[in-house]
Amino acid sequence: MTQSRRFAILAEREINKETFVEPWPEAGLIVADSPFDPAPSLRIEAGRVVELDGRARADFDMLDCFIADHSIDLETATEAMALPANQIARMLVDINVPRAQLRRIVGGCTPAKLVEIIRHMSVLEMMIGLAKMRVRRTPANQAHVTNKREHPALLAADAAEAALRGFAEVETTVGVARFAPLNALAILVGTQTGRGGVLTQCSIEESMGLRLAMKGLTSYAETLSVYGTELSFVDGDDTPWSKAFLASAYASRGVKVRFTSGTGSEALMGHAEGCSMLYLEARCLLVTRGAGSQGVQNGSISCIALPESLPGGVRAVLAENLLAAMLDLEVAAGNDALASHSAIRKTAKLMLQFIPGADFIFSGYSAIPKRDNLFGGGNFDAEDFDDYNVLQRDMQIDGGVRPVAEAATMDARRLAAQAIQAIYAELGFPPITDAEIDAATFAHGSEDMPVRDVVADLAAADQFLAGEQTILAAVRALKVRGFTQIATNILEMGRQRVAGDYLQPSAIFDHDFRVLSGINDPNDYAGPGTGYRVSGARWEEIQALPQVRSPRDFIADQLGAPVASLAEIGLARPGSANEVVVAVGPAFGTALTSTIGNLAHADVLAAILTGVASEGLTARVIKIYHSSDCAAIGYAGAQLSGSGIAIGMQSRGTTVIQKRGLPRLHNLELFPQSPSLTLDIYREIGRNAARYAKGLAVQPVPVQVDNWARLRLIVKTTLLHRRETEQVREQPPMEWRFDWEPDV
Amino acid sequence: MSTYPLIDHADELRAVSGRPLSEVTLDALDELSIADVQISAATLHAQAEIAHAAGFRQLATNLTRAAELTAVPNAELLRMYELLRPQRASQAELLALADALEQRYEAVENARMVREAAAVYQARGLLKRG
Repeated sequence: MTQSRRFAILAEREINKETFVEPWPEAGLIVADSPFDPAPSLRIEAGRVVELDGRARADFDMLDCFIADHSIDLETATEAMALPANQIARMLVDINVPRAQLRRIVGGCTPAKLVEIIRHMSVLEMMIGLAKMRVRRTPANQAHVTNKREHPALLAADAAEAALRGFAEVETTVGVARFAPLNALAILVGTQTGRGGVLTQCSIEESMGLRLAMKGLTSYAETLSVYGTELSFVDGDDTPWSKAFLASAYASRGVKVRFTSGTGSEALMGHAEGCSMLYLEARCLLVTRGAGSQGVQNGSISCIALPESLPGGVRAVLAENLLAAMLDLEVAAGNDALASHSAIRKTAKLMLQFIPGADFIFSGYSAIPKRDNLFGGGNFDAEDFDDYNVLQRDMQIDGGVRPVAEAATMDARRLAAQAIQAIYAELGFPPITDAEIDAATFAHGSEDMPVRDVVADLAAADQFLAGEQTILAAVRALKVRGFTQIATNILEMGRQRVAGDYLQPSAIFDHDFRVLSGINDPNDYAGPGTGYRVSGARWEEIQALPQVRSPRDFIADQLGAPVASLAEIGLARPGSANEVVVAVGPAFGTALTSTIGNLAHADVLAAILTGVASEGLTARVIKIYHSSDCAAIGYAGAQLSGSGIAIGMQSRGTTVIQKRGLPRLHNLELFPQSPSLTLDIYREIGRNAARYAKGLAVQPVPVQVDNWARLRLIVKTTLLHRRETEQVREQPPMEWRFDWEPDV
Repeated sequence: MSTYPLIDHADELRAVSGRPLSEVTLDALDELSIADVQISAATLHAQAEIAHAAGFRQLATNLTRAAELTAVPNAELLRMYELLRPQRASQAELLALADALEQRYEAVENARMVREAAAVYQARGLLKRG
């Protein structure tokens, strides 16, 4: 049986490394609208919820209890539940319905009601909804900084670069759990080197996370996980009450938290109870709100490949981000875990958060190579930085980052590595050498780093955690060693804990260490011309990629002294008998002196004329002034040619063989891809033109098709044509003498 | 919000240690301890009011509970959290925790929440086994 070559090539594509399955509700493999999802319902008696989404209080599980008693705004619940879900969906998309009105309604909705709203919405409509409902007006972004060796100098350097690149938060984690305090310390020092005010966290077991926060080693916690069924929650070793207590515990130390949920976790843990991923996620979000967490990390997170294996998976992931924003929660919107082998697929999915904006478009852009990402992340990584910066510039969208110059980045990386070296020295940790600092400055990944004594580092970590020392010891070390600005920034993080401003919803610090949150930077999007717009200094910054050049310098290679071997003779007259006319554009040999392929005009002419001479004919060079258009040049030449055959050529090299009598835009042969033309090809063109003039059979000159050439050179092409067109004037064609003898 | 951010009124803010925020500086570093960079109950109440006024009711309740917990030392706080996790505590231990929160720390909101948890855990089989 023969196999299609095309299907064989398709089978090898990256997209076909993924897994795609049919929905299977019994196994929890369904993203939305499971037959086992309850219908929305809410009954209130004597100020208390007695029925929630089809379950009576006597049958409540622990999530129902918590949601019923903490999450739903009973004052608006009756009104909200009575509103048709489609009407609420329309309100989300309607620019004339303010956010305040929606948040009020949504506060009275049950989980099943929330997913019913989503049922009516397309991804386009959900994106509009997300643009309106996100809590903070200014979008931002979060980065992952880890490495396989857990090398402190590399962590610090990468954290500094992430801060420089504009990330508002940096998250680290551990390969070996005992490294937690040192990893947290390294990224705190690194970020505050790059820019004061970047928030840092270390993703680790819950009580360990609280201990790090108590020592001032982290500024916030994110991975307070919640789950959509009782059994999965218990497997996660918490309850809504323990999580609510933990959130308050962090806040009591002045530390910000957000919870983490995400579609797919319950199915992955074997406890989906046949319900859809989105319905269970709605329950998570209501638990999050009820506990008083200011925000959530969701968007499937680590489980992303599970909804993505199912139809409507990417749509459901956008839906869960939208539901969170509707519930007045700060959203760190996923896009972190490796979601696809296909660059097309991962970027398409990203657009659903990138275009509307989110409080954090990524809950973990891998600011290091994916092979060093300890989260199982790396969906977008350090090697995608330039692509991502271009996407911002392409669409005039604030993706939360900025382009950086290499020199400034190396400086920040080096300084961060030196700072952590100083702390290690002062605190008696195993030293960081100058060689490690050099390596960290110029490194891409952990393979670029010298090996450390891991056993000694872990012992230092254990001692640091168990002892009485806090972040203040590190600040002291930095002050003593002269790293005053970094010390000040870290201390300022502590001062901000005392003020507690960043405990409010959706809070980050800007470049001046000023808090921006849902309180003082509320989202006021209400249609075109309103809300956050990329403009002013921020737009300037986004546009200024290091790769940007001035178009004024683009065609320098094609300029030169006028070709000495060319001289104007006089008016061009119609020719006789066997000649080929070589008609050239108004800039040829004068305002421009070589082709886009950097072939000197004199060489090109010599090649063409050699080709003509090899067939025993003569050629005249005629300069056309009234047009810069290739077809017009060729046409004008053909009218003057004794044989009726002319070669028309623009100064950039685009060439046509024209015959008198043919319509202007028709021709014998056309060579539109000027960058692909070589002197050999020009010689063949000359030869073919002569053969046409002799009335012989002609094999068209074969030319390479390179469609990338136009992509790469279109700006240059435009500017070269502009220069030629500037030379256009009302003047009849002139004959030029070319001082040259054929070699034939 | 005219009073937000509170850091703009740094003169009026004190850390949980009692130290005025204006005295938490790099120059004063040698005198500082971790309690000098921790939030006080009064400030948490102020932030709770700001959250409440802006319509974030449940966050305000969380911050009120947090204000109560500023009085609880670190080790004790960690222990309390552990007790609230599944299958860690008996009914009696949870009720004792609620009493301790209320009587030792005047943490009435937290005590209420723990008593509520105790009832639910009993109904749902989340108490310590055996």
